[in-house]
Amino acid sequence: MKLSALHQSYLNRRNNIFRGQAVDPSADGAMKSPAAVFWLALHGLCCLVSLILGFRFSRLVFFLLFSTSATTNLYTVPLQQVAEEASGGSVLHFSSTPAVNQELPVNKTAPRVVVGRHGIRIRPWPHPNPVEVMKAHRIIERVQREQRAQFGVKNPRNLIAVTPTYVRTFQTLHLTGVMHSLMLVPYDLVWIVVEAGGASNETASLIAKSGLTTIHTGVKERMPSLWADRHRFEAKMRLHALKIVRDRKLDGIVMFMDDSNMHSMELFDEIQNVKWVGALSVGILVHSTNVGESSLSDVQKEADNPVIPVQGPACNSSNILVGWHTFNPLPLKEKSANHIDDWGMVLPRKLEWAGFVLNSRLLWKDFSDKPEWMKDLILFDEVDDVESPLLLLKDASIVEPLGSCGRQVMLWWLRVEARTDSKFPPGWVINPPLEITVPSKRTPWPDIPTEHLTVDNSIGAQEQIGVVKRPAKAKGSRSKRSSRSRRKHEARTVETQVSEKQTKQN
Amino acid sequence: MKMLTNIWRLILFGFLCTVFPSMEPMRTGAIKLHRTQPTERISGSAGDVLDDDPVGRLKVFVYELPSKYNKKILQKDQRCLTHMFAAEIFMHRFLLSSAVRTLNPEEADWFYTPVYTTCDLTPNGLPLPFKSPRMMRSAIQLISSNWPYWNRSEGADHFFLVPHDFGACFHYQEEKAIERGILPLLQRATLVQTFGQRNHVCLKEGSITIPPYAPPQKMQAHLIDEKTPRSIFVYFRGLFYDVGNDPEGGYYARGARAAVWENFKDNPLFDVSTKHPTTYYEDMQRAIFCLCPLGWAPWSPRLVEAVIFGCIPVIIADDIVLPFADAIPWEEIGVFVDEKDVPNLDTILTSIPVEVILRKQRLLANPSMKQAMLFPQPAQPGDAFHQVLNGLARKLPHDRSMVYLKPGQKILNWTAGPIGDLKPW
Repeated sequence: MKLSALHQSYLNRRNNIFRGQAVDPSADGAMKSPAAVFWLALHGLCCLVSLILGFRFSRLVFFLLFSTSATTNLYTVPLQQVAEEASGGSVLHFSSTPAVNQELPVNKTAPRVVVGRHGIRIRPWPHPNPVEVMKAHRIIERVQREQRAQFGVKNPRNLIAVTPTYVRTFQTLHLTGVMHSLMLVPYDLVWIVVEAGGASNETASLIAKSGLTTIHTGVKERMPSLWADRHRFEAKMRLHALKIVRDRKLDGIVMFMDDSNMHSMELFDEIQNVKWVGALSVGILVHSTNVGESSLSDVQKEADNPVIPVQGPACNSSNILVGWHTFNPLPLKEKSANHIDDWGMVLPRKLEWAGFVLNSRLLWKDFSDKPEWMKDLILFDEVDDVESPLLLLKDASIVEPLGSCGRQVMLWWLRVEARTDSKFPPGWVINPPLEITVPSKRTPWPDIPTEHLTVDNSIGAQEQIGVVKRPAKAKGSRSKRSSRSRRKHEARTVETQVSEKQTKQN
Repeated sequence: MKMLTNIWRLILFGFLCTVFPSMEPMRTGAIKLHRTQPTERISGSAGDVLDDDPVGRLKVFVYELPSKYNKKILQKDQRCLTHMFAAEIFMHRFLLSSAVRTLNPEEADWFYTPVYTTCDLTPNGLPLPFKSPRMMRSAIQLISSNWPYWNRSEGADHFFLVPHDFGACFHYQEEKAIERGILPLLQRATLVQTFGQRNHVCLKEGSITIPPYAPPQKMQAHLIDEKTPRSIFVYFRGLFYDVGNDPEGGYYARGARAAVWENFKDNPLFDVSTKHPTTYYEDMQRAIFCLCPLGWAPWSPRLVEAVIFGCIPVIIADDIVLPFADAIPWEEIGVFVDEKDVPNLDTILTSIPVEVILRKQRLLANPSMKQAMLFPQPAQPGDAFHQVLNGLARKLPHDRSMVYLKPGQKILNWTAGPIGDLKPW
């Protein structure tokens, strides 16, 4: 608390009132009896001692004399005392109960609440009790559930999430993200996982960890390695899933959750607003690894106006759908990736499936209220490429824009894959445990196709050159050198060998 | 035949008894959907008192005092319009343009004296009450000499707004306030004050307790989405020790605030500190319980803020009388904790059943509850101004034998009180 001079004077005014009160009893007492004189003398002695010692020791004396340890109050000072104290200028005095009572008119009952100094009650173990903390958390959970029921979505419908996937290094990474997002969704949902190359045990064990209702199916063909083909194949896998929805007559809202996309929780609340077909804005994350390649002016432009492209519905000022924001791939075509493990960016198609949601009843075969603008799924059995769900509609204007007409971006599209030849332990379990720890710097990846080495990675190239150089120096002890394990004496022998070699060379 | 009719009577009686249960005095009605959220109706002791309309039930005459009692004081310091004692100024403005105002004093039920006694501020904004008794006395002398209505009843049909710490005792320090007592000239008048504590000198029978002023626009501006989950269990921001006046504690708040700090400072459920966050209002909306402990006086604007933001108030002030206590069932809305039970606050709060907590939140969500705590400009139906008028209307009709004096009868002692008060202002 900062005290300005004026504030200090105000406080001093308050404190002076205290002092005035304290002085009077002692002054009166002096006139009255020798006992009072004795108290006055004691008071003077106390003043002197406090001046010397510098703190209110008389309060401490009273505390030590009169406080009882039997009570739980650590700082209790009895109310009946009138302790006078003058050190530092401010005086605090205790009022006793009888004095207060005299102020009151006779017919009022004595107040239960007393003015004056009270003890600060502290319990013997002033720390949180874990049982109570858990109780409080349950209360909080219940309150939040009630809040969701009141302000969240009323009558939530089931969700049907369609995810195309296949076994590769980053599958666990991507699928775990989608899985955890789905586990947080507060509505009932069915997760349809369509796998390229047939339903595998790896994927099955991964999705079983979620505890969600899943339908795991496989498509016999393997995932192609060109991105363009891969987009087409994913669309095929999604149609396969939609057929499952149709055949099993699943009820709910169908959404397309690609395994490498990122979804926010608000997305799942917003989707509940859809009636038949809804469209959302999708943020497109094209990761640009080759920033150094682009010209300086481009980089500056990007730095000034870093806007990520967004695909989705476009509305006019009265919030009616008038068109679509799509992704224009032309300016980035040269830098884009073709193969799955290319170093360029992966570009999306004009309108991604992920940005659309459907009411599953549109897919049912004999649904009486089916709108006439919905085409039948059978028509697409032999179609090669269904670019977006809009092709399933005869009339694209009935699409409902979601997320305040596309202004909110609640999901992001990204495609990131590891190299095709990257190896990962099956099930990401290292078994048997590794005995040799090899620093990654010293192991060149075998069979690097040279066209993937660009000028940018000059550091990497130097590293490789360095690596190539070193073995010439200490070729014999290379294997031993690399085993920098716990055996110290071996390390020491290694070093002595190296030093020997060095001395030899020198 | 007779037996049959008797049996039918019994069956009908039994049917009626089960279908219509006995009525209790304080019963909250069925859940009524208000906007999108289920709330519960708050029934006071006489039904839905909060929604009563005072217009037509009483007439108030506003005395025309010279501007030195009101306008000039306000001109000297505009901060009086925003601090927590601003109710006296806004009540004056409201009454001037209200439908209950009458320009004919003969037909008035109540008389209002607009004197701003809580507007003499220090540079830090704290009101100094030292001149207030003289100011009030001077105003009463004026109205008693210029109009006959004061002497007719010696103030029994007059009401005054005294929103200071201890009301009409006109002192910020409790012992001094108790010593002074209520200003003798006001002993027959109705006092509208923020202070309320049972069996206390400064609260007299028949007073109307009002909430302290909290700026409505400022609070409205900080409202957040109702969907935001309430994740703080207990929230409090404010002093625990008043370092300037009571460094060791024990005096300030009767040691209750210090006890809260010492017991719960490292409890993860309690978000308590002395810091001044800019997100104070937003944080209250994310909390389930908000502590409203006493300070130097038992009342504080925290209660108003807690009600507006839907946070259940935990009132730690023994014997406190809360605003509009006859119209609002505070026991059902807030949690009352005795000062001696503060060390067990966590046990008390976690052992409240969840259904009770949800019910309290529904009661707090009732818009008439929130409206009754505010002093909006311009006045709206159901706000604190109207609740004051309702309270005054409930005291009507005046008991003629008590209110009006017989000719020649004098009750008030014009020379009572400390000598300093008798000096003219």
